[in-house]
Amino acid sequence: MIPELAQLALSLALMLALLTGGFGLWQVTRPEPPLVYLARGMAGSSVLVFSLILASFGALVASFVLSDFSVLNVAENSNILLPLPYKIAASWGSHEGSLLLWTLMLSGWTAAVALFSSRLAPGFRIRVLGVLLILQFAFVGFLLTSSNPFGRLLPAAVSGRDLNPLLQDPIMVSHPPLLYMGYVGFAVSFAFAVAALLEGRLDPTWARWSRPWANAAWSFLTVGILLGSWWAYTVLGWGGWWFWDPVENASLLPWLAGTALIHSLAVTDKRDALKSWTVLLAMVTFALSLLGTFLVRSGVLTSVHAFAADPKRGILILALLVLVIGFSFVLYAARTGKVGLGGQFSWRSRESLLLINNVLMVSALAAVMLGTLYPLVIEVLTGNKMSVGPPYFNAVFAPLLLPAVWLMAIAPYSQWKSMPLGEAMRAMLWPLLGAMLVTGLTIWRWGKPSLLLVLGLAAAVTLAYATVAQARQQLAKLRRHGGSVLLSDRARQLGMSYWGMIVAHVGIAVFVAGVTLVKTYEVERDLVMAPGQTESLGEWRLTFIGVDSVPGPNYQAGHGVFELTRGSGREITLIEPEKRQFTAGGQVITQAAIEAGFFGDVYVSLGEPVAADRASSRPSEQAWSVRMYLKPFINWIWWGCALMAIGGIMTLFDKRYKRLRARPVVAEPAR
Amino acid sequence: MMRWVRLGLPLLIFALLVIVLARGLEFDPRHLPSARQGKPAPSFEVPTLASDQLFSAKSMLGKVWVINVFASWCTACVIEHPKLLQLARRPDFNLIGLAYKDDPSATAQWLKDHGNPYRQVALDIGGQVGIDYGVYGVPETYVINAQGVIAYRHVGPIDDAFFDQHVAPLLNAHP
Amino acid sequence: MSTEGNIRQRENPPLAEGSADETATTERVRSLTEQLRCLVCQNQTIADSNAGLAIDLRQQVVQQVKAGKTDSEIKQYMVERYGDFVLYNPPFSTNNSVLWIGPFILLVLGLLLVWRSVLRRPQGSSPPVPTSADQRLRLQALEARYQESSQSLQTPGGRPSDRHKKLTEE
Repeated sequence: MIPELAQLALSLALMLALLTGGFGLWQVTRPEPPLVYLARGMAGSSVLVFSLILASFGALVASFVLSDFSVLNVAENSNILLPLPYKIAASWGSHEGSLLLWTLMLSGWTAAVALFSSRLAPGFRIRVLGVLLILQFAFVGFLLTSSNPFGRLLPAAVSGRDLNPLLQDPIMVSHPPLLYMGYVGFAVSFAFAVAALLEGRLDPTWARWSRPWANAAWSFLTVGILLGSWWAYTVLGWGGWWFWDPVENASLLPWLAGTALIHSLAVTDKRDALKSWTVLLAMVTFALSLLGTFLVRSGVLTSVHAFAADPKRGILILALLVLVIGFSFVLYAARTGKVGLGGQFSWRSRESLLLINNVLMVSALAAVMLGTLYPLVIEVLTGNKMSVGPPYFNAVFAPLLLPAVWLMAIAPYSQWKSMPLGEAMRAMLWPLLGAMLVTGLTIWRWGKPSLLLVLGLAAAVTLAYATVAQARQQLAKLRRHGGSVLLSDRARQLGMSYWGMIVAHVGIAVFVAGVTLVKTYEVERDLVMAPGQTESLGEWRLTFIGVDSVPGPNYQAGHGVFELTRGSGREITLIEPEKRQFTAGGQVITQAAIEAGFFGDVYVSLGEPVAADRASSRPSEQAWSVRMYLKPFINWIWWGCALMAIGGIMTLFDKRYKRLRARPVVAEPAR
Repeated sequence: MMRWVRLGLPLLIFALLVIVLARGLEFDPRHLPSARQGKPAPSFEVPTLASDQLFSAKSMLGKVWVINVFASWCTACVIEHPKLLQLARRPDFNLIGLAYKDDPSATAQWLKDHGNPYRQVALDIGGQVGIDYGVYGVPETYVINAQGVIAYRHVGPIDDAFFDQHVAPLLNAHP
Repeated sequence: MSTEGNIRQRENPPLAEGSADETATTERVRSLTEQLRCLVCQNQTIADSNAGLAIDLRQQVVQQVKAGKTDSEIKQYMVERYGDFVLYNPPFSTNNSVLWIGPFILLVLGLLLVWRSVLRRPQGSSPPVPTSADQRLRLQALEARYQESSQSLQTPGGRPSDRHKKLTEE
């Protein structure tokens, strides 16, 4: 009963979205439309559509929680023995379920825009919501026609097939929802851009309104990607955290475009410049989100992440892509001419720096896109199959992005329109010295000098130092000009937007430092250990105690126990990697044991029991293959990303948005 | 004019991308074209199932012949087997079986159960011959012409068109 | 992710450690196997996969390394049998130059475009006149902020408004 009601809710949402979205977009072009009422109506409709989709999503989750195996999706992706949190997560473990999640996010963002946009000029508001509602219509339509999660399985299965064991992990539970929040969030800035073009003008309104939405989406995407990387590290069993896999790249592309977008929006907002470029970026970012959706679900590329390939689905998504993006690019070509050049700036200005940032981001984006799609292009053109793997991406990506990190160090010192270059350069002196010192010390202490280490670490230190120094400089300046004695007052005066930038930039420094150090200094040992044996790596010593067989909720585990000691210290930590065999499907996964620390991780994973051709092969003497890693500073990678996201969220709380809401609505001037 | 180029560029790039992606949908990402196709078939000499004598690829030079890579543990091989049995009745169809990474007694049993269409059954217990030919799954079938060049590789169970499309033309050229 | 997903984990029995020779061999084997693709997997190297073919090819590599073949000979061996696809990294050839050089060309073009468009603008003219109510609102807001803090910004030398702009226009 419930699945059928859910489908009904979706069908209602479909019609409502089409009717209200279409009606609004049509009416707003007619003479003397009742703008305020239309806008309110569409806002209400957005919330209603969201409620309907939420209800149907709730129904799917309920089916999983109740283990209703008469629903095909539940039977294919869940199991009686599955722990509750994973039953819930299994709702989005399949293509259909995750697409419903995608659609839910889209309607959620739309409802949020509806609720927060009451101060937005109504004509513009109608167009923004109209675009978002039409998008929802397209997605719900796609869902209902080709990817319905509520199909029945009759007679019902007795027990389900089980969720892929690799997905039965707390990180995997949160990774898709947050990732989708990011992907879908860029639909909002897309809608703002399209609405502005539809209206035929690009005044700073749309940039100012777009900024918090773009920043929020970007922050969520950052967290989503970070969780995916961290999950791979903890569960895949061999210490890698980024593989340049096509689906990973698919999430990186909108992230790179999104980074360019949030900076470009800053320029357009503050200086009314780069307008048509920013509009294009907003469209491209969402286009890349959609492209990512296509790549993951169509089976066009091989990837460990890809859902079961279905070319029919692929055609539909491609059609969706063509309609949405094709339309927006046509609109761009047709309408951008009216926009005008905007504010002028010198080549030594903040605008200029941000523009160069954009160029670098777009080049990096092009590199990733090229590498991901090149094999497909070659196959289409010549029929040959070739491979593009991590070495390409590593070789091309870092040189493109490191200059951006260096430029970021100067960025806070830069000024709008025109700035004295000498002053900014002088400000770099101490940071550079600091960077050389730290890099030199690192090489002296730990060796392994390399171009990567020098450039990467120096960039990170310079960035961190320069950013923090600039913040201190600003606070001091305020004090000098009669500002409050209290640090907190002066800090508040600088605004959350400023502090968000500082935190995010420091986050990038932390991230770059982590990546550079881990890549340079990580070490690994492949071992065969018998119980009682001790091996060492660096200053760590690992003693193998043994492997026990231990039952889990839906698996049987080989539970390994090791003792880990550091240096000559006597503190012993127990490290317990596992090898789990899942009851339902027989799949075996490795659960690595990680001793995490601020300065790095010790990472131990169990391999296989080694065939004993020795005299005695009692279980207590069974030797195992073991892999042991030292990963210095690896957690800085994820902490850096977390800081970036926090910085992004911080900008949402800037005073200017509160002040805007306090002002009364101003009637829209004649065009 | 330049302005239109600049404005139309995103659309153009997008259009090209869509064309590539649409074509890409028709491909099977797991399908691998044969690197040895059009090149001389690697020679090999391996034991056979039936007798003590070794089978050498060189012995087939001058004839059109077909290698069918199979195994007793391969489920898809059962699907194509009836077709092979039927084709084997033709006197000009030189079918050599390559038992890939299989235990000889298991191979023998499987052939007893399902029928033996092969002139000879070459044993590739270690899989070395498979590697030489670029085998990446079973079943696979290689058509080798009279000059000893691999004319065609078929991945997966053979279909009805296999003989007419790929073997018959060679036989007609070299009866 | 479908339950058919084949994320493989690195479970291959380790290559035994031991003498310096063996370590060198192990290193070479590891480096080579990380450059060769597992052909029956979803985007993995033969170093990381436990599939039958991957194990076979790994053993091939070990044998050939021990037999003294060079890295490029071993890679050539694989390419002859499995095609370019078996190489995890694209070789640098004229065909692939687009791939390797492309992004950098784009970078240079982008920078050129930026340079030209920035230089073509008249430098440092007055800021745009606010044309819409929103702009007026914004100006009012800025002015209000200026009023609030201008008392505390009175210092000898320099106009308060300039300093104010620099401090708050972050």
